[in-house]
Amino acid sequence: MKLRLLLIIAALLCTTQAMAIDNTPPLSDPVMQQRYLGLINEFRCMQCQNETLADSNVGLAADLRLEIHELILAGKSDEQIRDYLVARYGEFILFKPLLNARTLWLWAAPGVLLILGLGVAVRILRQRARLPITDDDPPGASPQA
Amino acid sequence: MKRSLWPLGAFALVVVVLAFGIFNAPRNGSKIIVSPLLGKSAPAFTLPKLIDVGQQYEGRSLRGGWHLVNVWGTWCVECRAEHETLLQIKQQGRVPIVGIDWKDEDTAAVSWLAQLGNPYETVVADRDGRVAIDWGVYGAPESFLVSPQGIVVEKQTGPMTMDDWRSRFLPHLGALAPLAGKGGA
Repeated sequence: MKLRLLLIIAALLCTTQAMAIDNTPPLSDPVMQQRYLGLINEFRCMQCQNETLADSNVGLAADLRLEIHELILAGKSDEQIRDYLVARYGEFILFKPLLNARTLWLWAAPGVLLILGLGVAVRILRQRARLPITDDDPPGASPQA
Repeated sequence: MKRSLWPLGAFALVVVVLAFGIFNAPRNGSKIIVSPLLGKSAPAFTLPKLIDVGQQYEGRSLRGGWHLVNVWGTWCVECRAEHETLLQIKQQGRVPIVGIDWKDEDTAAVSWLAQLGNPYETVVADRDGRVAIDWGVYGAPESFLVSPQGIVVEKQTGPMTMDDWRSRFLPHLGALAPLAGKGGA
């Protein structure tokens, strides 16, 4: 019971914070509102560049939130709304870059680096495994080469 | 021998990657964003005129001749810095400037133009910023050069200087209309 109350308070605290920035009236349909909340977290605020539309309190972010709100009401799909914004502001507005020939290296790099790192790690471990298990140095001697 | 080169090679690779990043990093973050509008038709719009109150301006009117579309606002500090350039461009008489007064108070805009001079052929008021979204505007001032076919051929994000104007905008206007008094240049 106490935990539930605590959770409710925590949840209320979260909503208060979001409302302080976003003055766009909530959509009456909860599914639409969920899509709205998802979308405004996907796009960059072009003015402040490292914030999402949801996080930003500049005028343009508010305008774009309202725009997304109205596009959802107009029956546009998430994909259409993404295309709409990309057509105006370019791919830079997407926090999650599209997967295409130009961004392939961006998507592939973590995997490639992980494999390279594993390769290096395996190499080092194999070398270590080949070292003799005994230690010639007397205990307490400084480990100088 | 081969083994000792491994870490060196890895280090060199990291250096190359970082150097590439550093030397390709734009000095001004806003300059990297290429407008998707370039090469496309200027967005259609209808907005009320600021000075001729009660009249509407149609985006179609941009066709038929070159136009410079300038997005500004009296709240925008850099627009003030740019204003002198716009007045000079007007003086040159090569291209009419259409101003989009973005999310502004009409009275403030009118007195700004009265005080600092009016470089615009027409000023329209985009009070709720709807039209600016269609133009992909994210920070005033922004300027778009629109061809007689209604295609956006050049864009300036941030204040335009005469250098920007001469190097990137004027060449589009070409030799079609040589400047008066500069024949033979």
